[in-house]
Amino acid sequence: MSILVYTETENNKLKKSAFEVASYAKAVADQLGEKVVALTFNAESTDALADYGVDKVLEVKNDKLSKFNADAYAETLKNAAQQEGSKVVIVSQSANAKYLAPLLAIDLEAAYASNVTDLPETDGGFSVKRTAFTNKAFNYTSLDTDVKIIGLSHNAFGLKDNKSELEKVAFDAKVSDDNFGINVESVDKNTDKVSIADAEIVVSGGRGLKGPENWEMIEELAEVLGAATACSKPVSDMGWRPHSEHVGQTGKPVAANLYIAVGISGAIQHLAGVSASKTKVVINNDDEAPFFKAADYGIVGDAFEVVPKLIEKLKEFKANNA
Amino acid sequence: MKILVCISHVPDTTSKINFTENDTQFDTNGVQFVINPNDEFGLTRAMWFKEKQGASVDVVTVGGKDTEPTIRKALAIGADTAIRVDTEARDGFQVAKELAKVAQDGSYDLIIAGRESIDYNGGMVPGMLAKLIGAEFINTCVSLEVEDNKATAVREIDGGKETLTASLPLVIGGQKGLVEESDLKIPNMRGIMMARKKPLNVVDPVEAKPQSATQKFEKPAPKGDIKLIDPDNIDALIDLLHNEAKAI
Repeated sequence: MSILVYTETENNKLKKSAFEVASYAKAVADQLGEKVVALTFNAESTDALADYGVDKVLEVKNDKLSKFNADAYAETLKNAAQQEGSKVVIVSQSANAKYLAPLLAIDLEAAYASNVTDLPETDGGFSVKRTAFTNKAFNYTSLDTDVKIIGLSHNAFGLKDNKSELEKVAFDAKVSDDNFGINVESVDKNTDKVSIADAEIVVSGGRGLKGPENWEMIEELAEVLGAATACSKPVSDMGWRPHSEHVGQTGKPVAANLYIAVGISGAIQHLAGVSASKTKVVINNDDEAPFFKAADYGIVGDAFEVVPKLIEKLKEFKANNA
Repeated sequence: MKILVCISHVPDTTSKINFTENDTQFDTNGVQFVINPNDEFGLTRAMWFKEKQGASVDVVTVGGKDTEPTIRKALAIGADTAIRVDTEARDGFQVAKELAKVAQDGSYDLIIAGRESIDYNGGMVPGMLAKLIGAEFINTCVSLEVEDNKATAVREIDGGKETLTASLPLVIGGQKGLVEESDLKIPNMRGIMMARKKPLNVVDPVEAKPQSATQKFEKPAPKGDIKLIDPDNIDALIDLLHNEAKAI
């Protein structure tokens, strides 16, 4: 018996989200009196998993799996879960994890819960708390199968230091040509910018910025904070910014530690999409903007005056706290 | 090419979310239901395949009679036939099983679903459906072309995009980007009139046992009051973000 956790890599290095899911897996394992087994694909080093309570890591080294392939990765996780007798499998909510989890669920005849925000309730059953209605509500769901898959929301649990003795084992993925029906022709990834999904801080701009030519200060604010940039729906609809930056109900969800909205009034769909963020700051010249009801901190003022000042002050802060 | 578009019947994005029966049921009172937005992008892309490549387009939903106006709207937009699996949608797995039966009976080449519904946000139906029927699967799909039984798709990944190819049959988890928002089709009067004459086939469900069950819903705790900061005192904001929120 064990808890299996899929610890993801980026450029063969463990991602920060891998340590979050590992921390969560450790807590679930303690609750159930089990061990934590992690699985990695082509990771250069898995040593850091010993800081988050992982007992054993199955290391897959396979050139065929150098690029993400949902079916092949799901097949590998299935083989690992079966070998280790895992009753609970934990994944992140990255685009890749969300892609493979339903495939794995069918393979393991497991119930899958996405967007889980807390530890499961395991007294007399197994249920999880997850977000639904695009963060407008929580949904307590029982998972009624022998094996369960949990998709943990980004930043919902955080990192928990937990030193462990880590056993490293080579693992044969046992994938076949049948698992490669999808061919990856090309990958176009912006590697020098943090993605919205991985970001701790997101800086977002709306129609109040008046035009795409004014995004320089948003980019600069994001750079100072090491943040991802995002935008509201009208901004992406008008083509000021790419669709991939659109956050909200029909765009990407944001679950950052800090979300800064500049010139965004706060339509209900936008607020729903970003409400899982822990701290929200709004900068808007209209004090009636709905976002002021949803944010923790607000500045009523002209973004073109406030943002440059904020950038300057943050640079000072960073210099003094480096 | 035979296309099946899976439609989820969901509350409009502006809906206020409330619950009844001791917070175990969604309160539909006064709620306007629509085609799930992620499905609507896929439906419009399917219309493009119909117009440009002569594809046939069926739509399917799993739900009671109350979902019929939503699939009628899909017919008004231009789908040829609607199918309603006459059972309550209870969890993602059960819906995927019901859809798998319809998909297999119709021998579809391409099945387009939304990456997730905006009510339960489960994000599992398209992938489960693909696996159940042994089709290939591409999630968070933002562009799709099909030529000679071969699909080329662009998938959104964290921080970028990936171009993928696959042979049909294929299941897509679609979203905005499959078509532009401005290209979404709004049913016109002719479409609405024609939709009344198009077949809406009600089929019996297969036996599909849900794997999960909602026990209760809960609304997030009300937000505390906002702290307003003077635009001439940005230091105060930085202090709050650092010392109070511990966000920087």
